[in-house]
Amino acid sequence: MTQAPERVSPPVEPPVVDSGPVVGRPVDRVDGTAKTSGQARYSAEFPYPDITHAALVHADVARGRITTIDSADAEAVDGVLAVITHRNAPKMAEAPKVSLLDLSTMAAGTRVNYLNTDEVHWNGQPVAVVVAETLDAAHAAARLVRVQYEALPAVTDFAAAQGDTKPAKGGMMGAGEAKKGDAEAALATAPVSVDATYTTPPQNHNAIEPHATTAFWDGDELTVHDATQSIDWVRKHLAIRFKVPAAGIRVVATYVGGGFGGKGSVWAGTLLAVLAARVTKRPVRMALTREAVFRTVGGRAPTVQRVALGAGHDGLLTALVHTGVSAVGRTGGNAEPVGSQSQHLYAARSVLIQHRTTELDMLPNTFMRAPGEAVGSFALESAVDELAVELAIDPVELRTRNEPERSPTDGKRFSRQNLARVYADGAERFGWAARDPKPRSMRDGRRLLGWGVATAFHMPIQLPADVSVRLSADGTVLVRSSFHEIGVGAATAQAQITADALGVPLDAVTVEHGDSDQPPAPMAGGSGQTASLAAAVLQACDRIKREALALAGKAPGSPLHGLRPADLRATGGGLFRADVPAGAEHAGETYADILARAGRDHLEARTGSDNRFRSAVGQARFMAGFLNDRRKWVRAAIGAHFCEVAVDEDTGEVRVTRWVGVFDVGRVVNAKTAASQLRGGVVMGIGAALGEETLLDPRTGRIMNPGLGEYHLPVHADVPRIDVSYLDEPDPTAPLGILGIGEVSIVGVAAAVANAVHHATGVRVRDLPVTLDRLL
Amino acid sequence: MRPFEYVSAPDVATAVRAISDAPGAKLLGGGTNLVDLMRQDVERPTTVVDISGVPLTGVDELPDGGLRIGALVRNSRLAAHPVVRARFPVLAQALLSGASGQLRNMATVGGNLLQRTRCLYFVDASAACNKREPGSGCDAVGGFHRGGAVLGASEHCIATHPSDMAVALAALDAVVEVESVRGTRRVPLVELHRLPGDTPHRETELEPDELITAVEVPASTAAATSRYRKVRDRASFAFALVSVAAAIDVQDGAVAAVRIALGGVAAKPWRAYEAERVLTGARATEAVFREAAEAELAGAVGLPGNEFKIELARRTIVATLRQLRVEGGAA
Repeated sequence: MTQAPERVSPPVEPPVVDSGPVVGRPVDRVDGTAKTSGQARYSAEFPYPDITHAALVHADVARGRITTIDSADAEAVDGVLAVITHRNAPKMAEAPKVSLLDLSTMAAGTRVNYLNTDEVHWNGQPVAVVVAETLDAAHAAARLVRVQYEALPAVTDFAAAQGDTKPAKGGMMGAGEAKKGDAEAALATAPVSVDATYTTPPQNHNAIEPHATTAFWDGDELTVHDATQSIDWVRKHLAIRFKVPAAGIRVVATYVGGGFGGKGSVWAGTLLAVLAARVTKRPVRMALTREAVFRTVGGRAPTVQRVALGAGHDGLLTALVHTGVSAVGRTGGNAEPVGSQSQHLYAARSVLIQHRTTELDMLPNTFMRAPGEAVGSFALESAVDELAVELAIDPVELRTRNEPERSPTDGKRFSRQNLARVYADGAERFGWAARDPKPRSMRDGRRLLGWGVATAFHMPIQLPADVSVRLSADGTVLVRSSFHEIGVGAATAQAQITADALGVPLDAVTVEHGDSDQPPAPMAGGSGQTASLAAAVLQACDRIKREALALAGKAPGSPLHGLRPADLRATGGGLFRADVPAGAEHAGETYADILARAGRDHLEARTGSDNRFRSAVGQARFMAGFLNDRRKWVRAAIGAHFCEVAVDEDTGEVRVTRWVGVFDVGRVVNAKTAASQLRGGVVMGIGAALGEETLLDPRTGRIMNPGLGEYHLPVHADVPRIDVSYLDEPDPTAPLGILGIGEVSIVGVAAAVANAVHHATGVRVRDLPVTLDRLL
Repeated sequence: MRPFEYVSAPDVATAVRAISDAPGAKLLGGGTNLVDLMRQDVERPTTVVDISGVPLTGVDELPDGGLRIGALVRNSRLAAHPVVRARFPVLAQALLSGASGQLRNMATVGGNLLQRTRCLYFVDASAACNKREPGSGCDAVGGFHRGGAVLGASEHCIATHPSDMAVALAALDAVVEVESVRGTRRVPLVELHRLPGDTPHRETELEPDELITAVEVPASTAAATSRYRKVRDRASFAFALVSVAAAIDVQDGAVAAVRIALGGVAAKPWRAYEAERVLTGARATEAVFREAAEAELAGAVGLPGNEFKIELARRTIVATLRQLRVEGGAA
């Protein structure tokens, strides 16, 4: 075990906030009733009196040029309004060059200028859009559009393309390469070592709500209801592509039915709905079929990874090599930074981390829940398990022995360091001590039982967020920000944070979100939305409290007269002296009393700026601060997964029968939704472990299982009871101590399952998914 | 989905006349397969004859202890029928292992038998498929064929029949009753589906104008000790990689009667006559079970993506028989 870390002092002054009674509680979702009763509207559900419906026609060659399009039969279908192809589509501007000064330049899922080109860049690229009075007519007519291609040579076989790779450019979420010492040399001389290749297949997000867009133009003003995790990106990107001012574009995404990163970028469906609305001068609804989502929205790239570990007989790592090749599209996509967690997780004396890519003529990949770590952890955590077997050291013990004091690659300090603790907690909850390490040593009738562990690790991001908070004289509060409710309980969390920050009851707070008319919020990604918003909400609430105090302070009769913010706590719907017991006479007063005396009907504070220049400066300042912060700290959410699998000795069928996950995610805002989200990550990880694989035919580049029948997500019967717990201690470097929980829990899941399968059967599966044929 | 004529048939006579009058007509029972395929442009019927209102919904006991099942009985209802559960557990288990609760509530017995393969290249209208477009080739042979056949396949087609229920019915010696304008005829279930040969587009022995009206399951002593074992890639809502329907009657440690059928391995529910031959009269031991399984799979041919199913089928046969031996108290 490593020594306890030195105490970490917070780098910033804690905000003026009373950690009140609502944050942390298992509060019901504020929109639960709206959702379960069908009142909550999703992007395909906004009614317009003269709505039209659009359907896509997809290319069925991987690369080529369109030679002819015959749309006569399609146009003849009753109710068809337009068949839009590259021959008649209005021009769109090209996607902008990516610039770090404006993150929205990363919005384009691909560089293809849809329907503005005769070029086909992947099998499934949209080559025509049919708009009709009914959904059925649109789909029927789409089948009748006949397209001929001149096929061109295409590279569509990831396995065969391994000989043609190049260094990754940057990589998703900024994870780069790392080198410390001579890891290969250390590996060669290590007393004990493992060195193996692991592969992971392409995967797709499969959010329950397929992508949908409803678009309507009024002159040059545009309203778009879009299933997006990134309202601000959609707005700015559409402004560029359609050459209109962003100020005239309103993007609404009140509710989104899951994203997992698949709704982070702007994909063809959104662009072409807007284009079709421009052509038809009618509101257009483009509700993608599940197949169309597979064919037009990128997924997780396939990877081939090498992990090599060298250690002494004491288990301390002397070498850690983690390299990966992932596929990108020729028209976009980024490297999967599979070695991301390997830079920080274990105290290796020498480290080599490299990411390479190979370009395929396929739909570019995109972010998918924990890009990098989700599949990188499969390789790393499998290899650690293999090393534990070689060393005959318990895999929990091996990991805790290698918990670093500082990040091994860059010497940065950790804002929190609880790997040993979460493993200890998990081991106890799971009953790990009873494990016989010998493979095939435990059984239940004809089923072989295996227990496995793996580490979860994810570094949440933080982005600038603008909010407005309005406190009315009647004691109610309205919070507005164009953040995204993608199913995680974001509005509920911000209502809780606001209620505590102002000291008002939860039901006094209303949160409005998902509309670009509100102050701009960052994308829901990188596990950063809750903390990013919390920082802004706390700042706005702080200003309101200061203004309330200033108003009260001017009144000689106020019990707050002459007091400073530090003397007060927000509670009971007002401001009260912190040094006097609650309820004491003359200890403070309510906002209602303060505002009534001052003759004000409300107080309002807004963070950020409406002014474009000031907003840009603010964002630059924020990013500088954030990056500076990142230079100082490794701020990561972590966890320990423990699982049991049962493997049928006859058939090789693997079922996960037990799960314990213990996490350190900083402060938890809502015990109920947080547990759900952590549990959901485990479920998604079980899918990656045992079933999920997008079948891309290497001969044609075509996805052959674009539906939920043959893309095997876990069903209820595949998922055991999942015991989720967390330390619930605020991170001293994060807003309100919140680290972000959206991604961490998927990381390590597949490895935990594969490690348990090895324990059960003695078979080491290094290729996902772990299907039964690999165990026969 | 392309436009089509819609006819609602209130009775058998109207239904058979309608499909006789309209070449290219398709029968609509529960719609769980046909409607999907129409959306995917794989099925393009000119006329859809809706028979969901035809009164073929009885499950009747026959005097000899057998069962007569109307073609429009929903899968979930048949699975829950007390006689099925008591006398033909293999059938109830097979039904409940198929699809999902919602689909079983819609799917009919006749439709289940006539459902199409789930071969990835059959359901993608852009792929080459001899079943969908005779003479176009078979993209599955050199592509993804995890679900593909290892028994009775040909170079022209390696599709499998996806039904679970049909595998149990094949083991139970069921007979299908068929009606057309020419009258009524009876077809043994094991002869209903065809192997692909060089005409994989001809999937059954039925003429295009014939309607399945009922399935009869004869009484059987072995059926009381019967079981359906389905091996698949997830715990539910997946088609069988391999399935085994087996019924066995063990007397004094020897196999007095046995029926075995395999699913997921061929274009039809595969009655394992070779295995039955080895088992009948032999001792009910693990070694004999293995010998029987080897005999049945002796002619199996795999491709890179489905070769594992040959060994999987052997193992699943042995495991199912072993379990039945235990359940039958003959261990």
